[in-house]
Amino acid sequence: MIIRLKNARVFDPTHKKDGVVEDIYISQGRIVAQPSDASKITSSMDLSGKVVMAGAIDMHSHIGGGKSNIARMLLPEFQASKHYSEPEAHVCSPHCGHHATPNTTETGFRYIEMGYTAAFEPALMPVNARQAHLEMADTPMIDKGAYAMLGNDDYFLRMLASQQDQKAINDYVAWILHSTQSIGIKVVNPGGINAFKFNQRKLDLDENNRHYQVSPRQILSSLSRAVHELGIAKPLHVHCNNLGAAGNFQTTLDTMSASDGLPMHLTHIQFHSYGKEGDKQFSSAAAEIAEALNKHKHITADVGQILFGQTVTASGDSMVQQRNARHANPKKSVLMDIECDAGCGVLPFKYRDQNYVNALQWAIGLELFLSADDPWRIFLTTDHPNGAPFTSYPHLIRLLMDKHFRNEAFAKLNFDAQAMSNLLSLDREYSLYDIAVMTRAGAAGLIGLNDRGHLGIGAAADITVYTDQADREAMFSKPDYVFKNGELVVKDGKVIKVVWGATHTTKPAFDLGVEKDLSAYFAKYQTMQLANFKISNDEIADDGRGSIVVHNKQATSPQA
Amino acid sequence: MNLSNTASTSSHHACPACGLLCDDLVVDPTSGLSPATPCKKAQRFFAAALVVSNSSPSLAGKACDLNTAVQAAADILSTSQQALFAGLGTEVQGMRALLSLAEKCQATLDHMHSEASVRNTLAMQNSGWQTTTLSEVKNRADLIVAIGTDIVSSHPRFFEKLVWNADSLFNKGKPSVVYLGVDKADTAALVVAADQARLPEILNALNALSQADSRLSKLDDTALIGGVPLASLKRILEKIQAAEYAVLVWSASQLDYPHAELTVQSITQWIAQLNESKRVAGLSLNAGDGDISINQTCTWLSGYPSRSRFLADHLSYDTQQFSSAQQLKSCDALLWVSTFNAHQPPAYAGPIIAIGHPNTQFERPPEVFIPVGVPGVDNTGTLFRMDGSIALPLKKCRDSHLPRLDHVIRQIEAALN
Repeated sequence: MIIRLKNARVFDPTHKKDGVVEDIYISQGRIVAQPSDASKITSSMDLSGKVVMAGAIDMHSHIGGGKSNIARMLLPEFQASKHYSEPEAHVCSPHCGHHATPNTTETGFRYIEMGYTAAFEPALMPVNARQAHLEMADTPMIDKGAYAMLGNDDYFLRMLASQQDQKAINDYVAWILHSTQSIGIKVVNPGGINAFKFNQRKLDLDENNRHYQVSPRQILSSLSRAVHELGIAKPLHVHCNNLGAAGNFQTTLDTMSASDGLPMHLTHIQFHSYGKEGDKQFSSAAAEIAEALNKHKHITADVGQILFGQTVTASGDSMVQQRNARHANPKKSVLMDIECDAGCGVLPFKYRDQNYVNALQWAIGLELFLSADDPWRIFLTTDHPNGAPFTSYPHLIRLLMDKHFRNEAFAKLNFDAQAMSNLLSLDREYSLYDIAVMTRAGAAGLIGLNDRGHLGIGAAADITVYTDQADREAMFSKPDYVFKNGELVVKDGKVIKVVWGATHTTKPAFDLGVEKDLSAYFAKYQTMQLANFKISNDEIADDGRGSIVVHNKQATSPQA
Repeated sequence: MNLSNTASTSSHHACPACGLLCDDLVVDPTSGLSPATPCKKAQRFFAAALVVSNSSPSLAGKACDLNTAVQAAADILSTSQQALFAGLGTEVQGMRALLSLAEKCQATLDHMHSEASVRNTLAMQNSGWQTTTLSEVKNRADLIVAIGTDIVSSHPRFFEKLVWNADSLFNKGKPSVVYLGVDKADTAALVVAADQARLPEILNALNALSQADSRLSKLDDTALIGGVPLASLKRILEKIQAAEYAVLVWSASQLDYPHAELTVQSITQWIAQLNESKRVAGLSLNAGDGDISINQTCTWLSGYPSRSRFLADHLSYDTQQFSSAQQLKSCDALLWVSTFNAHQPPAYAGPIIAIGHPNTQFERPPEVFIPVGVPGVDNTGTLFRMDGSIALPLKKCRDSHLPRLDHVIRQIEAALN
């Protein structure tokens, strides 16, 4: 059985196809070559004039796990705010919502309706991995995966403080990936969440954690090296120190050198691009950050754009969230110290276009997008839900692709903020090809999903079909068709079939001997057994809906 | 390499008897829990679970096969307009199935211990909170302040495992303990006796005393606040100020008086205020029967914690209206679920479908009774710990032939008209 998608206008940057009109063939969930025997084609769909891309991949979205659920529990008022009029292109099911704390069903539905076929939870706390996977298992329609958080756990900091060799650290990192069924490693405010438990309120890149006497730079150097030497495709995912603080751009610039030239990804970089110029001592340092990003080819970044409206910030960064709690709107916050592993901070937030700081944050994000030269090294995110709910991606895409629309929005901002931004001087408009790079080919390449994010022979048939519209927000809000693993699951922006995606992981080789010391550590200091910490394959696959896909690449040999 | 194969199947049993979810137990399918296990609550739980008095489903007390009972339950729910799903004593897998059935039946959902958990939820939803988890308590806490609870009545191994443990990461000294509003003979601890009902007053005073320019602190030390001398309250505060990491523990079920959510809020706001300059964290003791798991699962699947109702076009959430006490006055069918313990359904004149622990005794035989396996004994499952961050697998330790709750619920869903 072969499906033919005829006359598709293909945007597939992996194969350098920029609007090439061709036919695509699907068989058994994969894209296949044109069959020699045309009689095998069982159905055909004429896509003349339609824009066709691989399914989009969100490489950073808080979709599952403790803090997402705390955010839901904290904000029952969000659940009632259904049926938003914007974006109107959405077709809602009875229990749908477009707010910042969608339930798991809504999360899957809203993503697939926008043509996204995968999303990655960027802050899975190892001790909380089971919950994260339970929530992701209940998220239909899309593939998912997670980056496990390290760098604030006492086990790792003890290793670093006692100067254990890199091989021991590599084994621990690999063991965490296996045990938590993750595909990457994340570090949030390196050392800072841990330091906050010792009542340290701020931690700079070269400042020591009081207890362990190790610095964030050492943590980043060690973890980025482990990730590299283990052959994990996804570069170390870094939420820098000093998030949100005026003048933090210097920390961000300095952090770029902390991996000693090894690949490193700086996440939601908008929140880390602030200067302290001007009367209000808060300014844009997007130009400096973009210039450094353009220069340092080993660094990738996602933006974490903010968009105006009500949302909630859910972060592992308890140190910074403690400081931000006074800005919560409505005024409430949940802060947690968790299991000698990490922490979290959840607080609702309302970004307002007439607020100087918020307006400038909005402009800084766009300045970064427009000043970063290489769309393969910058990714489209709102750090859902921290900058805005992921449902606002179509709006963000329009801001990037439509200068007139962008400048009109800019003109409505707080005047002082307008005076502090160079956004009007940035004429760049992203092309459909650029968008396909950022949201498909680039994201898949970054994470190491070789058979996703493109439309080549052998790729998973995750395909999104749009009507080319001048209004890019309308276009990207409501694709005509979405195929998931070759099945037509969305028609005219509406889910017509419910499917369950896979969980993407990586499982590098390592020395199982690492469990000897870990067993002793768990028995002595943790309050659960090591055996129960580990998430088995069966736990993810046991209900017949979930499945695990392992992406491994060759490891480099550890350096002496 | 498959790490899961390295796990032993005979040990590491997580114990669902209380929210500590201790997973250092070894359970023998015939003799039960090792008598050496230092927990009477766990001993009682496994003793009750391992004796099966009634493994047959029944209709109005008359034994029948499972299919007949499932169909009878489906028939009741199919004709019902306003069913109440109460008890909800189950774990994650069971709750997933119950939510799906509730959506089909447009039922109301309420957990048996919601009266307590709602006190926490309301406080949290109003102003948030700052909390910690068990391993942090074990390794960091150098002061435990137990407010209105002795902790061990509900969570027996708390002190043994988390406070008097010899091993901690940071070489902390021997932790101090303060009991406030607890009648406790403990010479090693600071015990400040107080009437439970006056805890709101006392906690508000402690909040006020913690502020730099507190007028309260200028009163005479013998002045009584909520029946407690001011000097005693100052002593508590001094201990907190001297601690590196104080943990304030409360039990919402034991703060059992009207509007106790305000007492929870007094505690959490006090913690927030103390954290302006030092580290202090809260820890709430849960009531049990899967209360934390039900709240978590309901929240990620539906958006709301316990006490909600499925309607045709949306889900409604109301912690007052959807209480069992309110709903029993107007519902037209009751589905009662209690798998961990043999809790009997509340008094109700309408049709009752009871699904749960095989030892359940009834004041009147329910229209339908389906005994199911106990999670962690007869079935596997997933249960959240009291601190909400940790979920552990529950293991099966014997083959009893009792069906799983989630399977029974899905069969009922499939049999709806």
